[in-house]
Amino acid sequence: MAEPVLEIRDLKKTFGALKATDGVSLDLRPGEVHALIGPNGAGKSTLIHQISGSFRPDSGTIRFLGQDIAGLDMAARARLGLGRSFQISSLAQEFSALRNVMLAVQARQGTSFRFFRPVMNDKSLTEPAMAMLERVGLAGRAHLPAAELSHGERRQLEIAIALALGSKAFLFDEPMAGMGPEGSKALTKFLDGLRHEAPILLVEHDMDAVFALADRISVLVYGRVIATGTVDQIRNDPEVRRAYLGEAA
Amino acid sequence: MTNAPLMTRETVINTLLALLLLAIPLGASAMGEPFYITLATRIAILALAAVGLNIALGLGGLVSFGHAAFFGLGGYAAGILATHAFDGVPLFAGIPGTASMPIIWLVAVVVCGLIALPIGAISLRTTGVYFIMITLAFAQMIYYFAVSWPAYGGEDGLSIYVRNEFPGVNTAQPLSYFLICYVVLMAALGLFWLLRGSRFGAALQAARQNATRLAAVGIAPFNVRLVAFAVSAMVTGLAGALFADLNKFVSPSMLSWHMSGELIVLIILGGKGRLFGPVAGAMLYVLIEYALGGITERWQFFLGLILLGVVLFARGGLLGLLAGKARHG
Repeated sequence: MAEPVLEIRDLKKTFGALKATDGVSLDLRPGEVHALIGPNGAGKSTLIHQISGSFRPDSGTIRFLGQDIAGLDMAARARLGLGRSFQISSLAQEFSALRNVMLAVQARQGTSFRFFRPVMNDKSLTEPAMAMLERVGLAGRAHLPAAELSHGERRQLEIAIALALGSKAFLFDEPMAGMGPEGSKALTKFLDGLRHEAPILLVEHDMDAVFALADRISVLVYGRVIATGTVDQIRNDPEVRRAYLGEAA
Repeated sequence: MTNAPLMTRETVINTLLALLLLAIPLGASAMGEPFYITLATRIAILALAAVGLNIALGLGGLVSFGHAAFFGLGGYAAGILATHAFDGVPLFAGIPGTASMPIIWLVAVVVCGLIALPIGAISLRTTGVYFIMITLAFAQMIYYFAVSWPAYGGEDGLSIYVRNEFPGVNTAQPLSYFLICYVVLMAALGLFWLLRGSRFGAALQAARQNATRLAAVGIAPFNVRLVAFAVSAMVTGLAGALFADLNKFVSPSMLSWHMSGELIVLIILGGKGRLFGPVAGAMLYVLIEYALGGITERWQFFLGLILLGVVLFARGGLLGLLAGKARHG
């Protein structure tokens, strides 16, 4: 197996008495979709926050492309190539969809300290941004403020932003949430192709999507990974069935 | 990008405001009413100071309650350099004072930028109410320093006996001085317009709307805000230097928290983040001050009522009322 893109070892994070992350180890390998599932409050989002840099873990290591990223803030991790989408969409609400993506394009170019040239006439920003919107199917909504997009469209926009960053790994936190069945299906198909660009760590409650997409699944319960394996292994794991799937199914 | 009309409603209103501000002193000059020229000059300078604050507050969402520090520092730069030039005493290490406005402006802008960097670097570690309070605290420190430093007049302030010079212009003539201030204001508005539309402006406005989003694309909000804070301070400092020359006087009151508050009020009245918000705000403010101030000493009570009305019913300020909601393309 190739070197993992993202390598998490023995990560711990407590909030007071709550062990939100309790010794998690996890790999994300090139070309795979690694789904992270678990009941509400299992610590999935807390884990994503530590990987992306919003929270600092108490102990453990996170290596990305072979580099320990513990000391880097969120912006520096994003520049290295960690693209994320948020559980609750996080966009510049007043900016149009296009301008949200243009921001990612300029970030990737490292040109945010240019003070005079107008961005709206700058084809080196607008064209790549428009191309990303087209890829996620939002081109027709490019000029609407993010605040006026539907929930599902905002999810798509977040993914377009992550694409525009040229991310080397994607962290998607419940990208299907708030989408209708049609939208979920379309997004599942899209993510299926995306894995060849960069591997995806996917937190998702939509089990149809998880079973359709995941090469491997890790099950998180009370801050611990109780099982990691292929879809079939996880489906037939008695402990997983008891802790999680049994309740849900 | 989109097929927008050639002139938006906001552009028309901005043009009218710019022409109105120019027409007042020209008319006053023709009718031999120099008082109104001074009033218009005051509007132009206050608007300039608020254009500076509008970069931090309007674009960046940084509610600095300490911009009087930069307004006053600009004023003292003019006052101190002019005093040394007048007395023929060098500043220090044999460096002479100067009565040349371009040099004074340069000094004011550089000093404000250099002082804004450390103030910003510390203040920007906080947000919200704490940011407001810490910028206020820094401004008050500078205020009390000016009050207690007798070399340049302390509490009594510092007079500029002869207005400083500008190459080829008789600055003592009120209309000429107005035109200098007006041109500087227009240049600053041009700078604001360019900044707002640039890559830096995009990052700065994104920092206001959603700092987490900005960080998630790999742009550190702190750096963007710090540069904006410094540029903002520099423009406000330039206005301070012009204000000192208008009044031929600079005192600690230019540094006081009232002044910081006044600048915020101007922006809220006019419309924050709007290109001509500071101009509309300064016009309205000086008009209220002049019209109501003639009737009652308690004009600020009525200003308060108007402000309350704007905050409750017209969040976008005067420009929001006239030109509608701002659009970001």
